[in-house]
Amino acid sequence: MESVFGRYRNLVVLVGVLFVQILGLAVQVRRARTQDSEPTRLIRVWAVGAVTPLEKLLSWAQTSSGNVWHNYFYLRGVRAENRELKHEIEQMRIERARITQDADQAHRLQALLGFKEQFISQTVAAQVIGGTGSELSRSVYIDKGERDGIKPDMAVLTRDGIVGKVLHVYRSTSLVLLIDDQTSGVGSILEKSRLQGILRGTSSGEVVLEKVMSDETVPEGEQVLTSGGDGIFPKGLPVGTVTKVKTGSDLFLNIHVRPAADLSRLEEVLVVTKVDEKQAQPDQTARVRAVDILAERLPTVPPKPNADAAKAGQTPAGQKPGVQNSAAPAASPQISGTQISGTQKSRDSATVGSAKVTSGTGGSKVSATSAQGAPPNSQAAVVKKNLAPASASTTQTRATTKPATTGASFPGNAAPGNGAASASSTTASGSTTSGTTKKPSSKPVNPGAPATAPKPQLATEGPPQ
Amino acid sequence: MAITYTSGEQVEVYRFGLPATILIPLAAVFLQAWLPLRFQFFTIFDLPLLVTIGFATARRNPLAGLFTGGLIGILQDALTHQPIGLYGISKTVVGFGASSLGIKIDVENAGARFLLTILFYVVHEIVYFFIARVLVSLHMAWSWPHEIFSGMANAALGLLVYALLDRVKQRT
Repeated sequence: MESVFGRYRNLVVLVGVLFVQILGLAVQVRRARTQDSEPTRLIRVWAVGAVTPLEKLLSWAQTSSGNVWHNYFYLRGVRAENRELKHEIEQMRIERARITQDADQAHRLQALLGFKEQFISQTVAAQVIGGTGSELSRSVYIDKGERDGIKPDMAVLTRDGIVGKVLHVYRSTSLVLLIDDQTSGVGSILEKSRLQGILRGTSSGEVVLEKVMSDETVPEGEQVLTSGGDGIFPKGLPVGTVTKVKTGSDLFLNIHVRPAADLSRLEEVLVVTKVDEKQAQPDQTARVRAVDILAERLPTVPPKPNADAAKAGQTPAGQKPGVQNSAAPAASPQISGTQISGTQKSRDSATVGSAKVTSGTGGSKVSATSAQGAPPNSQAAVVKKNLAPASASTTQTRATTKPATTGASFPGNAAPGNGAASASSTTASGSTTSGTTKKPSSKPVNPGAPATAPKPQLATEGPPQ
Repeated sequence: MAITYTSGEQVEVYRFGLPATILIPLAAVFLQAWLPLRFQFFTIFDLPLLVTIGFATARRNPLAGLFTGGLIGILQDALTHQPIGLYGISKTVVGFGASSLGIKIDVENAGARFLLTILFYVVHEIVYFFIARVLVSLHMAWSWPHEIFSGMANAALGLLVYALLDRVKQRT
């Protein structure tokens, strides 16, 4: 026995070493399937501790030399570039103002719909210092770790799109699993068709979107975004672009995706260390209906003049003389109601106080009431306000909140297009509109009586005329 | 250390100093992790494998070869997120085979080194593929043209690596 061992000593040792390694491999695979503990943590910490300091040093040297070159030596054409950049900043400021308005509007709508908003509130910038050197393990090391607040399963991204997630965290470094690794999985959604799937890497380094049924149509070039379903990546981050769609062997499509972030040239990344999620709270403005917003754009209606003040011929409080009613006669026309005759094909309607203004392509007719004695073409009775464009339609309108207009004037053009507003001065109490209209409980107008400001209940339901 | 004789020819056995024994494998693993990030084409090379073959053929000691290969492989495994042992087992086999073959044939000339490197590169990939597919259940594609081309590229780089190792090895 001893002679056999002596003769085949090398082979016996080889078999023994291989057996130990295979046993260790089996234990790791089994533990990885059953629990989250990492039995080889110590070996990995040693290996990372031995290799990453040199990687950090080289990355630092590379960055520093690059900075010295770009900041001190390579300054040719900086003035011209500065001018161009300033010009670009001006353009972007204008663009930002427009985008801000759009974003505000989107937030209001989200609040109205009760969306849960998810937004990245804190990130840590990190530098990629090295890889793993294995095609079977598509992951990179970054120079931020536990002491920088990095934790496993944090999302990692660049300005172009998502990169991966933090897998292992060490004291000053972390291992980031890239999205093109075959063990990764990202909940994704197609931007236009809103089809959801799982983004996975393959052994060859390609990225495919799985679990999309084969009877769906996915065009090439469609953008892929994160769906937020994996609990790691916030919703709506760019993932990539569909490059090829094939029918798979099973019931699902084989969708190839080109990642938005260049995974082969990663230098700086952002680690999302904090994601806030909160229910959008509709603010006060969010509750305002479209018609109310439209009404706010119209000139404000001055408060009802005090009887004594009216007698004394004073200007009502809060009313700026010569602003709103500058064109009104001294004896303000008393409007106790509005009669609006919308003609056919009017699309837009808005309730403003007691006046329902309709406009549309078929020509609108707006009849505001005015007091007796007011000239038919008095500006007090002319609706001039340029209302919402014809495409903005309001089908159901109830005017219940606004008081009756008193000597209101509406500068502007009420009916864009061929719907010229023909304002006529009539004497009426209550409001009538074409359609289902509830007349306000108002008394017949006494021309000499002050305005009683009835509250007309306009209930125009059904399709607009 | 006794000089080994094979087929009547004198085959010399070399040793490496402690700093070289530690730093060269470390540098190989480091470069393998660092260079592919800067140069994409470098992914087809396997510097730790070349160092394993270089050490094994120079020492001509199967036990030293298998342990050197095993340790370098485990170090390489530890940097990945895959289970430790994939590279470890593969390089253990290669270290043992290269040192055993180094006893039998002359591996001092460039032609023999070139062919030996292609052979052991393919052996390494086969063992790695088998372990990954059977033991770890990873999806891997096998392509003979790719493996042969990679083997030749590694063999070409290996000539340079072996020449560098020749400078630090010491005759026993």
